[in-house]
Amino acid sequence: MNMLYSIFVEPFVLMGSAPDLLIQTLWEGLVAGVLYALIALGFVLIFKASGVFNFAQGIMVVFAALTLVGFHEMGVPALLALILTIGVMFVLAVAVERVVLRPLVNQPDAILLMATFGLTYFLIGFGELIFGGSPKQMITRELYLPQGSTDLDLLGGLVRFQHIDIAAAVIASLIIAILAVFFSKTRIGRALRAVADSHKAALSVGISLGQIWVIVWFAAGIVALVAGIMWGARSDVSFALQIVALKALPVLILGGLTSIPGAIVGGLIIGVSEKLGEFYWGSLVGGGIETWLAYIIALLFLLYRPQGLFGDKIIERI
Amino acid sequence: MFYREAGQFKTSYTADMAIFPLREDRIGLAVIIVCAYALALTGNSFLLQAVMIPFLIFSLAAIGLNLLTGYTGLLSLGTGAFMGVGAYACYKLTTLFPGLNIVLCILASGFFAAAIGVVFGLPSLRIKGFYLAVATLAAQFFLQWCFIRVPWLVNYNVSGAIEAPLRTLFGIPIVGATATPETRYLVVLTMVIGLTWVASNLVHGRVGRAWMAVRDMDIAAELIGIRLLRTKLLAFAVSSYFCGVAGALLVFLWYGGAEYDVFNINQSFFILFMVIIGGLGSLIGSFMGAALIFIMPIVLGMVVPAVLNPFGLGVSAATIEHLRFMIVGALIIFFLIVEPHGLARLWQIGKQKLRVWPFPY
Repeated sequence: MNMLYSIFVEPFVLMGSAPDLLIQTLWEGLVAGVLYALIALGFVLIFKASGVFNFAQGIMVVFAALTLVGFHEMGVPALLALILTIGVMFVLAVAVERVVLRPLVNQPDAILLMATFGLTYFLIGFGELIFGGSPKQMITRELYLPQGSTDLDLLGGLVRFQHIDIAAAVIASLIIAILAVFFSKTRIGRALRAVADSHKAALSVGISLGQIWVIVWFAAGIVALVAGIMWGARSDVSFALQIVALKALPVLILGGLTSIPGAIVGGLIIGVSEKLGEFYWGSLVGGGIETWLAYIIALLFLLYRPQGLFGDKIIERI
Repeated sequence: MFYREAGQFKTSYTADMAIFPLREDRIGLAVIIVCAYALALTGNSFLLQAVMIPFLIFSLAAIGLNLLTGYTGLLSLGTGAFMGVGAYACYKLTTLFPGLNIVLCILASGFFAAAIGVVFGLPSLRIKGFYLAVATLAAQFFLQWCFIRVPWLVNYNVSGAIEAPLRTLFGIPIVGATATPETRYLVVLTMVIGLTWVASNLVHGRVGRAWMAVRDMDIAAELIGIRLLRTKLLAFAVSSYFCGVAGALLVFLWYGGAEYDVFNINQSFFILFMVIIGGLGSLIGSFMGAALIFIMPIVLGMVVPAVLNPFGLGVSAATIEHLRFMIVGALIIFFLIVEPHGLARLWQIGKQKLRVWPFPY
């Protein structure tokens, strides 16, 4: 009885009695969710266009952030370093297309997934070899990102909004808007959607698969860079970010593997429920439930809707 | 091959269904097993302790995952956690019942892993492919969290680690600090051979055929009367059993003690590498994959400095570690491009080539 009370009543009483805490938790959840969504977006882009479940997306986030900071440490001005990093992501996209995707075209999904595992290991080794394995500080000020925080008087308590979090939410929304326009209005965007629908049909109307893959991996690389900057500004740039990036996976399956809105909504749901769960229920079982709560939520959700929130309906034929 | 099947006639159905229908294959296998046992006599404890014991244990885990991913077609990323369940269950069993034979404890601990595997296998009925892979990640993170947060599992040990106590078999210590590498090796070898034999019989029998039917197309399998729920859950149970035993062996006969971090997600990926590089749906492939993935970094660790040092490029240990990561990654991609069906397929092709040699076909 006591147990049930502490599960079903106490957290809500706490929420009602301290709405400012609730808002703070919700806000933190939303920001985390936006960043999960950004990482998940990279997965969705690649999965839609090439059917590859790109496990290396997480390490691409770390790699992009490391490259940016690494260039800056070599004495390159911040904005030039940003441009150079974008160049590096382009080279990476071309290299992946040439070395990994092209020879493996038409292989089963599991094989392509494995190839991205190989890519992950390669990038971990490569990144550590060049930039060293120690955590680095993100160059927030040099990139003209806002710092500090604002305390708002809300519902009888102070709620703290970090400026960098607000910036993250704004930039993430911008990127999503740009991608949406890019996908629906431009020639390349339409080609991308054609490839997503059917590789063969796209080839038959003269769309170059190789070119599309480079573009998609490049776009995913840029999304990874943005995600890396934002995460890096919140904590610091290290390979531990990779585990955070794995959180994008439950976001993905919650939203549906092929849907960009799904990635965003899924990210927000996971981010908010994770923070709420940790804050209000986590202490009941000893804390630290953030590591698995997202996966369990996604798992339970999948039992009811196997294709995710916005995923294409799975039709199976014999 | 240096031998052909000519002149060997099968006169009964039993002979036709034998796993090794060729006399030469049987002799070859016997020779390999005898050699494996004889390796213990060489007394090279580095070879036994650092190479052979972990190789055999990882092979067993790879067989377990292969039964699930290769034979039943269910992608799982929770192998590390299931190995952990086996290890922790074995620790609890052997500390609760110190009189119980440790080999029995290890074999019994697999059943706990199997039970947990069935629970996390339940979603496989509704979801498949990458969705299932992410769902098994839930098992990975949740179980690892349990290893940290449930002090009962480590007998309220302050360090939070499990340690292999001294246990004997026929009066000879096989687990604990005083056990020699030779005796550990012999125990591991015997158990791996025994369990491989079980696995091989499973996949060649009715159960294995049902698994493969589910892998090839589960709806069609259902239509010909295979019960999906039972078959998939059985695959999860058997696979987790093998992984659990491998995890118990890993802690009790190799490391001698472990923390929760041994069974992290990288361990799961590591086993998955072995299965895919070795060959999906092949038992011998599991051994080959384990050999390649486990032994390759060891060899690279020796070769890379040997190659670089003569050029005056004295490199630090950290650099070698990074290079090793890069080379392992590149080799995985290389192997996938050269032969996506794994080493087992290469082995088959090689055998066929030798069989018809000197003619091309």
